[in-house]
Order: sequence, then C-alpha cells, then structure tokens
Amino acid sequence: MISITQACMGQLIEFAQEGFPHEVVGILAGNRDRNTVTKITTLHNERGDTNNRYKVSALTLMKAETALEDDGLEIVGYYHSHPNHSAHYSEYDRDHALPNMSYLILSIQNGVFTEALSWRLLENRSEMESEHITYI
Amino acid sequence: MITIRIPTPLRAYTEGKAKVNVSGAKVQEALDALMATYPQLSKHLLNSEGQLRSFINIYVGDEDIRFLDKGETELLDGDELSIIPSIAGGQGA
Repeated sequence: MISITQACMGQLIEFAQEGFPHEVVGILAGNRDRNTVTKITTLHNERGDTNNRYKVSALTLMKAETALEDDGLEIVGYYHSHPNHSAHYSEYDRDHALPNMSYLILSIQNGVFTEALSWRLLENRSEMESEHITYI
Repeated sequence: MITIRIPTPLRAYTEGKAKVNVSGAKVQEALDALMATYPQLSKHLLNSEGQLRSFINIYVGDEDIRFLDKGETELLDGDELSIIPSIAGGQGA
C-alpha cells in the first residue's frame, strides 16, 4: 500500500494535465517505512522528442534526490503520466524499474486525468504488482 | 580499497549498507567483487547479456565510466564508485 496526501495528488494531477500530450515525470518523497508520500518534485523530461517516453539522467536525478534528503525526506518512488493510455505499466516501464520503489502512473485521456495506479517491481523482475493507493 | 555507493532501492540486497568496500584495480573488478559478495544485485544491475542495464550508471568520482574506459577504467586505492540509476519509462513496448 502507498499513502499520498491529497495535496500531493492534486499537484500531480494538475501537472500531468498541464503537461499533456507529453509525459511528465518526478519524484515521490516522504517516508519509506510507512510508504507515505508527503512531497513531490517535478523533473524535466529529457525525452521531449516523443509523447510516450520519459527520461531523467542520473546526475539530475541524484541532485534532486539529495535536495529532498537534505530536507529530511526519503525517496519513496517516482511518478509519470501516460497520455491517452491506461495507468497500467508498460514492458518498457518494467524493464527500466528497480525493486523496493513505488512507480505511480497517471492516465491522462484527452487532457483529463482518469486514473492513477501504483506499481512495484517483483524481486525476480518478471512483472510489477499493483499496490493499493490511500489518500490521506 | 574501493568504496561503492549503493542507491536506496538496492540497499535491500547489501544488508542495508549505503557504502560497500571492495578490492579492484579496474571498475569491472570492483563491480564483480560487489556482485560476488551480494549476488542478488546482479539481476538488477546487469541485463540478460551480462551488460550494465541502460539506466544503471557507474561514476568514478564525478565521471561517468561510459566517457572513461568503461569497465576497464583503472581505479586507485581510495577511489569512490557510485551506482546511480537514471529513471526512464513510458507507455508502449
């Protein structure tokens, strides 16, 4: 289960809708033990050449994560949007995931948010399993 | 001695350690030593061909080994390696 504050979820939806038809991406930060998200950080999607991919390079990500950790937060996972596509993970998502992190996907249909699902990679990397989202 | 920094999601496979000390004169030797000690790391760092996954980046200090000599990059005693994942994904295969 992952818990997300309603304020954070509101920011995520707004950002994902504003970014449509491009994919948006960012960090979910909070408390790893409780798998709770209390802050989000938006990141620049380096794959501006396409509407169905996102990428954030290593040093950019590390810098953003270090800033969050300096504020006493932990990295719970990442989020991205799927414009005109379901919130189910893709094989590309699975292939580029790591275990022990939450991957939140927002489905944006014709510019409007429809659904969010959160996924965690299985240890054997064969698939990602859905985790329940609680809004706090 | 070489120090390797482990990213948060992979610390579950290094007994929770954020840094691991290994021996190695080259990057590949240090990574091999790390994965020999913690074999569960391998499938997350390497693809089915045994190459580093595209989103797994290895830095020696501030330098990406892809712009140095990759696995053959020579190390000096006291060097710090960092395993830094990038994030990537998106809809479709």
